Amino acid sequence: MNILPIILIDGITYASWLFLVSAGITFIFGVLRILNVAHGSLYAIGAYLGATFVLRFAGQNQQSWTTLPLLLLGAIVVGLTLGPLIERLLLRRVYEQDEVVGLLTTFALFLILEDVMRLIWGIEPYMVEGPYRMFGRVHMAGIAFAGYPFVLTIVAILAGLLLWFVLHHTSFGRQVTCVISDREMAGALGINVPRIDLIAFALGTFLAALGGAFTAPLTSVEPGMGVSVIVLAFAVVGIGGLGSIGGAAVGCLIVGLARAAAVQLFPELELVVIYALMVAVLLWRPQGLFGAIELRKI
Amino acid sequence: MNGATTHRSFLVGGMVAFALLALLPLFLSDWIVFLLALALAKGAVVLGVVLLLRGGLISFGHALYFAVGAYTVAFLANRFGVGEALVAVPLAMVISGLLAAALGLLLTRFRGIYFAMLSLALSMIAYTVLIKFYDFSGGTDGLSVRGFSLAGVTPVHSGLVKYYLVLVVTAGVTYIGARFLASPLGYLMQAVRYNEIRIEYLGASASHAILASYIISGAISGIGGALVAYLVGQVSPELAYWVASGDFVFVAVLGGTGSVFAPWIGSVVFELVKNYAVKFSPSTWQLTLGVFLLLVIYFQPQGLWGLLTRRRAKPR
Repeated sequence: MNILPIILIDGITYASWLFLVSAGITFIFGVLRILNVAHGSLYAIGAYLGATFVLRFAGQNQQSWTTLPLLLLGAIVVGLTLGPLIERLLLRRVYEQDEVVGLLTTFALFLILEDVMRLIWGIEPYMVEGPYRMFGRVHMAGIAFAGYPFVLTIVAILAGLLLWFVLHHTSFGRQVTCVISDREMAGALGINVPRIDLIAFALGTFLAALGGAFTAPLTSVEPGMGVSVIVLAFAVVGIGGLGSIGGAAVGCLIVGLARAAAVQLFPELELVVIYALMVAVLLWRPQGLFGAIELRKI
Repeated sequence: MNGATTHRSFLVGGMVAFALLALLPLFLSDWIVFLLALALAKGAVVLGVVLLLRGGLISFGHALYFAVGAYTVAFLANRFGVGEALVAVPLAMVISGLLAAALGLLLTRFRGIYFAMLSLALSMIAYTVLIKFYDFSGGTDGLSVRGFSLAGVTPVHSGLVKYYLVLVVTAGVTYIGARFLASPLGYLMQAVRYNEIRIEYLGASASHAILASYIISGAISGIGGALVAYLVGQVSPELAYWVASGDFVFVAVLGGTGSVFAPWIGSVVFELVKNYAVKFSPSTWQLTLGVFLLLVIYFQPQGLWGLLTRRRAKPR
């Protein structure tokens, strides 16, 4: 049997999922210079809230189109509430400090959020299979694939387009670009930098939650689901280059295809391949494929 | 403060601390002696993280050397029948040190967040290898380390003997760490943090200092891992997981980077806080630790060591 189509299609759907979880991380790093270790927890909270909304409001028939807006709503709520809250209360104090401080602050946040999730949603897994069942199977190249992962691909593409549009075609996007290139100068020119920081972090949080919410139908939503996601996202943004959204997209495709190939050809290497790729890329180009080179300052 | 008094106060402080720790088991119950031993053993890894932090480098993958040390001991016991601590612990140190030398050659080119990410990736490779290659590593079950001998006396079951073994090794590691920090290369690491280009103008090599620190850091982390394997009697891939690395950086910042004693203070406080948090609020112990960490970051950025010293913080 020809496994190339399997590798391609699995790779692309996995890449879409990876893009959803890593776009926010790279965007937040680009603007705030903070590597958000709690990103996986925000992803998990998105999954929990999306699942809760679907179970609560979608009614008897969960195999309906109304579930998709409900999942989206879950992500929006997380982005609008937790995002600004975290930025204001925790992150604003550490922007001017060493990278280790930002890293540790978000690590503390990760520890806190993991328990908060257990307190709110308990330890029982939540199952939201409705949307997954609704899309059934799709036949391609003579092989049956689950249909729902393609929804993830569409969501990922839409999220990527949204980010691209916001960054390049809105006044907010231009201000973000200014803040990224020089915070101090942007402030001097009258840009409200704290406001940009706030919105940027909220947008990144929304992206994490969006990834989580649309992953909910694929898996059981349970404690610890965000813990392993975060290192995968780090691998993707490390390969693509921190702060580069285009880089994250390319990184996702590389990692997605490599993993799909490994799953088919050398199953034991499934995860090793991802981190080995990350190491290889970083050794070859320390700033990642699309990262900006930082000059050493005297 | 001149060099001689620093050296003397270090020796006196170290001896007093050693004497206190040696006497503690007389007054404490078994479980807390175990906890102390565990904290001291992990403190070696934290000292490894601190050596790098002093140069402004965050190793977010130090659990790698911790796991290598622990698995070395487990392999020696299970595959080669070597249960002698006096052989296994030094061997764990050498193997972690060699691995650190190899990986250090790659890592010295990296700074800041990229150093952190590459260390993370390397430790995650170790983690996934340990999980996936079941035949060789026992997979997620890990390997058990059933007892060990000390200078030919087999097998050691007494918690007290284990405690004193850890204590003596801790004293040795502290001494090595102190000698390194007081050496020209150790001072160079502080300079790396402030300004690397000036170091090179002065004719010294920043990457040599980083490489040397990294090798020593990896070697002593391996010792920590070996001791934990003996104390707990079990090794598993979780030892290499990124959360473990995060904990080590957490404890390093908690203790502070101001002294070679700070990592052990941080480690003991961390284990105690963790233990009591688990005991009194089993469902929110991580939350307690997270809040504790935030408080340290915001209000005591010099770490616990900063509480003990009057000297004001050096300029960042």
